[in-house]
Amino acid sequence: MTTSSLKLKDLVNKDIRLAPGHRMCQGCGAAIVVKMALLAIDKPVVACSPTGCLEVTTCISDSTAWKIPWIHSAFENAAVTLAGVETMYRALKKRGKISQDMTFVVFAGDGGTYDIGLQSLSGVMERGHDLLYICYDNGAYMNTGTQRSGATPFGASTTTSPAGSAVPGKLQLRKDIVKIMAAHNIPYVAQASPSHHLDLMRKVQKAVSISGPKFINILSPCHRGWRSKADDAITISKLAVNTCFWPLYEIENGKMKLTHVPKEKLPVADFLKPQGRFAHLFRPDNAWMLEDAQRQIDAEWAALQATQACEASGN
Amino acid sequence: MKTRIITKSTCKPVISEPGNSAVYKTGAWRSLKPVFEAAHCSSCLLCWLYCPDMSVIVHDGKMEGFDLDYCKGCGICALECPGKKGEKAITMVKEDIL
Repeated sequence: MTTSSLKLKDLVNKDIRLAPGHRMCQGCGAAIVVKMALLAIDKPVVACSPTGCLEVTTCISDSTAWKIPWIHSAFENAAVTLAGVETMYRALKKRGKISQDMTFVVFAGDGGTYDIGLQSLSGVMERGHDLLYICYDNGAYMNTGTQRSGATPFGASTTTSPAGSAVPGKLQLRKDIVKIMAAHNIPYVAQASPSHHLDLMRKVQKAVSISGPKFINILSPCHRGWRSKADDAITISKLAVNTCFWPLYEIENGKMKLTHVPKEKLPVADFLKPQGRFAHLFRPDNAWMLEDAQRQIDAEWAALQATQACEASGN
Repeated sequence: MKTRIITKSTCKPVISEPGNSAVYKTGAWRSLKPVFEAAHCSSCLLCWLYCPDMSVIVHDGKMEGFDLDYCKGCGICALECPGKKGEKAITMVKEDIL
């Protein structure tokens, strides 16, 4: 199968299927993620989003930022809504009423993916619908004011896990949604970051070329919730990758492959330091949390490397 | 059974005009404004790719400035601009409100 060029000088000639005038915050990571994903796809796209930042900011009253057919579904059922559309498309195609090839993509936040939409997402993956589910993961319910979610990292201060005298931020670990999806034995699962745009767009391009259910988890910096600077979405996501907080890898037909290995693995403190939600981790009495966070990341990184080494040796 | 296609008349909450959010000019949110200096531009186009508001104008593969109707002034373009010979092609300056 031929894939079109992902070089920026070629991509600039493409129409960006997300219009300006959307009300996402300045410097929003989700807008960048959606833009990159849509640029990587050539075919007509039908999309669906559950409730979330992306949904409330791209579709307000009678205005929409989407230049593609897009459906807002409820918080818990974006995956299954689009699965219904995909099923109807297949039925109409079979009857010769549609001839065009189309791609179906869900753009959902971490709340609608890790927590509220997990059951419908799981069902869609199990039933093998031909769609790509993209989770833009900003690590909390940012739309409603930064409540903790299943994706909130250990130690983060949110409005429902506020760092204070009672708790030092969120004490639980994030769910490993990529592994949860991989456990559905679907053909393609990946994790990407907008700082590594070529890697991100290659993954989206590869995903849409495969038939069956696909899942990509993409880091989406949110400076309002992360309490960082408005201009650091790309810088901070680069740090997430280079500290191995956000490893870039894909699992294709059960085979895991790291798609980017940092030249020098930085300490996780480099990623946490610019974010106000982790400020309390740098107090001497919370030093154990910083050590714990580093230990978790080292363990996950070592496990990923071991899996890759094991698969490379054919065991 | 006959398939019924959902149309504007059968399902009310439908917006039939794609991308009509563009009538809303988000540029009014801005407190910092990006300023472009073509002499320092290496045409890497990263600003075009990273801009969350589709506000970087590119013609014939060259960055030509900003669409200030929509630019919210986040400054990602300025921070990520590699520039040329140590000089950035994009800098953020305070917006003149009055």
